[in-house]
Amino acid sequence: MGQADDRTAINPAARAVAPPFTPRQPDIPRQADTLQQPHSPGHSEKARSRVNLAVAIAGLTLPNPVMPASGTFGFGAEYAPFIDLNRLGAIVVKTITLHPTSGNPPPRLMETCSGLLNSIGLQNPGLEVFIQEKLPYLRQFSPPLIVNIAGRTVDEYAELARRLDAVAGVDALEVNISCPNVKEGGIVFGTVPAMAARVTAAIKQNTRLPVIIKLTPNVTDITAVARAVVDAGADALSLINTLQGMAIDVETRRPALANVAGGLSGPAIKPVALYHVWRVAQAVQVPVIGMGGIMNARDAIEFLLAGASAVAVGTASLVDPGALMVIIDDLENYLVEQGLTDVRELIGALQI
Amino acid sequence: MIQNLEAEVLATEQVGAGVYLLHLYAPDVAGSAQPGQFVHIRCSETTDPLLRRPLSIHDLGKEGELIFLYQVKGRGTAWLARQEPGSKIDILGPLGRGFTLPASKINIRIALVAGGLGVVPLLFLARRARARGYEVDFFYGAQNGERLFQAAALRALDINLHIATDDGSAGWSGPVTKLWEQYLQAGDYDRAYACGPRAELKEFARLAGEAAIPAEVSLEERMACGLGACRGCVTALRDTPGNRYYENVCTGGPVFDAATVDWED
Repeated sequence: MGQADDRTAINPAARAVAPPFTPRQPDIPRQADTLQQPHSPGHSEKARSRVNLAVAIAGLTLPNPVMPASGTFGFGAEYAPFIDLNRLGAIVVKTITLHPTSGNPPPRLMETCSGLLNSIGLQNPGLEVFIQEKLPYLRQFSPPLIVNIAGRTVDEYAELARRLDAVAGVDALEVNISCPNVKEGGIVFGTVPAMAARVTAAIKQNTRLPVIIKLTPNVTDITAVARAVVDAGADALSLINTLQGMAIDVETRRPALANVAGGLSGPAIKPVALYHVWRVAQAVQVPVIGMGGIMNARDAIEFLLAGASAVAVGTASLVDPGALMVIIDDLENYLVEQGLTDVRELIGALQI
Repeated sequence: MIQNLEAEVLATEQVGAGVYLLHLYAPDVAGSAQPGQFVHIRCSETTDPLLRRPLSIHDLGKEGELIFLYQVKGRGTAWLARQEPGSKIDILGPLGRGFTLPASKINIRIALVAGGLGVVPLLFLARRARARGYEVDFFYGAQNGERLFQAAALRALDINLHIATDDGSAGWSGPVTKLWEQYLQAGDYDRAYACGPRAELKEFARLAGEAAIPAEVSLEERMACGLGACRGCVTALRDTPGNRYYENVCTGGPVFDAATVDWED
């Protein structure tokens, strides 16, 4: 998929393909009652078609601002029985490393209060297998394809960027400089502004693709890293990656995760994520993709109001595989109910 | 085809201390369910508990009925036990790769070795095997006689049921794998299957390996998506050259060839 091919899906009225799976309401209760059921009576197709959901990020036009969060969506095919991938704002795949990565020993997961601790350790088949076996499937879908990459050295990031630049079907790179799970990996780059900037510059020198830097919240001042990577050429930022945490089994007195610590995601981290997005959106001029605990459209709208131009949904898809579709529908319904015609009116519209 | 739907609770019955049988009406899931597969069940109306709970399919009832046998271990399963008949539960399934029975032919004899709630998927497997006319030796071990569940349902399957308990309060006294070992040579099994605590599965795999019987085990890991997307529920396997790698329990399993599992984990 090139930069300028078929984007008819930008017009919601052109969304004629019926999803293979009828979206259900998530059983997660809404926090208020203003959101209607998707396709509820009272919202005529005419009213819905007048609403613009498209947003621009780093030179890409997204048909709507809702995309999966890297690491929770596999390589797309896993969710095809439940959602229409052509209805997503973008497709974001699991982190790719230069070489195959086996990941951390199990147990890799621990559920916490409204949250999920994980230490997957970036398990993935590596760049070559991704290009040969995963990309051909992903090319058939119209939304922009964002490939998430991680390296152990600046050179590896540069090499990943160089090789993906030459591959058809990739529309942007999201750069994981913040994964807290791999000891010699992301954490070093994402927590030191100068090193994060070096990675960004090296990638920008090796690709024409838009570069989105994904920031870690596990720092003293996230705006310092944000400014450093934007100065180094980042086209957009995504945040937040998971918060470092741990859990302990009091019977065995051992850590719940084999890796001792892991990254916390889910509704538990949403207030932290929202605060970081709000701060970063004010600190930089590039678009921000907000994420962290978004479970429904109201959560997504909070991130837009805080200044995010788009949002990513992660843990919610692990609970409800149809969550992305429900959120897109409910976002559109919210706009109609609010009498808005363009989702961009929400971006940064927080009133203080 | 994997379904995500609301299934009606038909009945919940307590069959032991914290152990329940759950009957759900889900014809679209039951229709394609295979022994060893599981259903991922949302056990919450809020975000806490957050994740679904994977439950192996225990049996099929009449006309679209799925039956589960589970122990209440935490808040999710406690929520499940409180659901009244008539209420609807969000289920995702059938998921995973189940047991593989030998290609249909006569004079097939198989051994099933269950430890504790490892009986859950093996009852369904025994029923399927009997429907094909295979002879089934079913070895069922538990802590004590009160922890033996579904013994009547098993007996009704016309199988050779061998009971073992740790305290000798029912059947043979000792580990179920020791009991199986006594029948192993004479059994001349075409295939063996097991589900239970990991230490027992490891011993089962060793015995099956020594006797050169093809064997399958059903494994358990903490799970998130159940769809193979998050890579959270992996277990360590060995490929033919002996290299260790991680495979999803949700999509690569939960049933694995016992010879490929890395038991040193």
